[in-house]
Amino acid sequence: MNMLSEAYGWLATSANWQGEKGVWNRLGEHLYFTGTCLLVACLIALPVALLLGHLGKGGALAINISNVGRAIPTLAVLVLLTLTPLGKYGDLPTLIALVLFAVPPLLTNAYIGMREVDRAVVEAARGMGMSGRQVFLRVELPLAYPLIMTGLRSAAVQVVATATLAAMAGQGGLGRIITEGFNLQNTPQVVAGAALVAALALLVEGALVLAGRWCDPMRGRTA
Amino acid sequence: MSEPNCLVANDWVCGEYLRTRSQELTDATVQHLGITAVSVVIGLLIAFPLALFARRHRAFAGAVLGLTTVLYAVPSLAMFSLLLPVFGLSAALVVTGLVLYSLTILVRNILAGLEAVPEDAREAARGMGYGSWRLLWEVELPLSLPALFAGVRIATVATVAMTTVGAIVDYGGLGGLIMSGLQTDFKAQVLAASVLCVLLAVTADLLLLGLQRWLTPWTRIRTRRAAPTPGRAAAELPAESDATSDATSDAKPEAAGAI
Repeated sequence: MNMLSEAYGWLATSANWQGEKGVWNRLGEHLYFTGTCLLVACLIALPVALLLGHLGKGGALAINISNVGRAIPTLAVLVLLTLTPLGKYGDLPTLIALVLFAVPPLLTNAYIGMREVDRAVVEAARGMGMSGRQVFLRVELPLAYPLIMTGLRSAAVQVVATATLAAMAGQGGLGRIITEGFNLQNTPQVVAGAALVAALALLVEGALVLAGRWCDPMRGRTA
Repeated sequence: MSEPNCLVANDWVCGEYLRTRSQELTDATVQHLGITAVSVVIGLLIAFPLALFARRHRAFAGAVLGLTTVLYAVPSLAMFSLLLPVFGLSAALVVTGLVLYSLTILVRNILAGLEAVPEDAREAARGMGYGSWRLLWEVELPLSLPALFAGVRIATVATVAMTTVGAIVDYGGLGGLIMSGLQTDFKAQVLAASVLCVLLAVTADLLLLGLQRWLTPWTRIRTRRAAPTPGRAAAELPAESDATSDATSDAKPEAAGAI
């Protein structure tokens, strides 16, 4: 309990929020990493997954890619990229590593979402004379939507948590608050940093739940 | 001394490095394996009773699943740093953090596996006079083995990858070599340690898959019989590997299997 109050004290000190090493700056960097990576990962993963799911092909690939992705340590990718010539471009290694990390779960979930759409419904839509495009846009996509959003949310939370690793490769983000606290043996700062990341993860999750409801194609219709 | 220039030139691939530092690499791999194995085994020992208890008490199940999900959102870097005051710089610290992470995956999968046991099988066993322990041990546990193994495989692979982060407290196995390679700009060391790490994860996954096949011979018979039916086989191919996919499908591997 004592540590928690000290961590609160660290967070309540306004000096800790200002400047280049301050919370605001680190938070901005963290959001920049997470936002950019999620966007790029969605642009890569979703079209592929939705197409494969619509065609019903490449299931083994779509499923196994997330198993393969889990086996690759993000820290190793980050360090490897930092040592390549790409390392000269500042944030680029972090961004690439996080995109590689976020693509597999997005792809797998979107694919499963598409394949879990009731085949009878798809058949019925075909029987009504819908074209492949119409089936995709009006039947499969709305029905797969909840699972696609679940995938996006879990990927977002994971990316928020994993973006802290950037600090281990000398990059910014909220992880820096943790590693600095660690190096200074300042446990309250570490606790404060961890709390900030966890809070950010929960906030992102909450925001995505709201955004998901707002964009739901089935909104206002009876299920 | 004709070959050491790849060390001087700081090449990515360097046979000389592998030869001269093989002891260092072996030690790190052994440490990595040890940390992973101990974490998953302890995780399993904790997760099983938790899942059994959660199955009895619905309210408890919600609390356990909620808590373990929140734990998963805590970054590994923060987790290890937070446990530092409790354990000091020790392997126990890394193991504790990894156990906490593996619980999320394991409890979910064991619970899903137990809940997917057909009620008919349970009724039949009870009708034959099985007590609750014998029912669990001889009927429910074997039938939920595929889901349990799916969980263990995911947890193991994730743990192998996450162990690297333990480098921050000097107990990261191969992660230690990756981090020291970063600090000294030693490319061969970083690449060798990274590749070993991935190989370790893949090997562990395949070994567990083999063990699962060996322990559940009945699942093989079923798939072999189902294979000749066209269409059905296509639907089962993704569904079968499904249980090993990720968080959303972990929650309901059976639902995914019933495409």
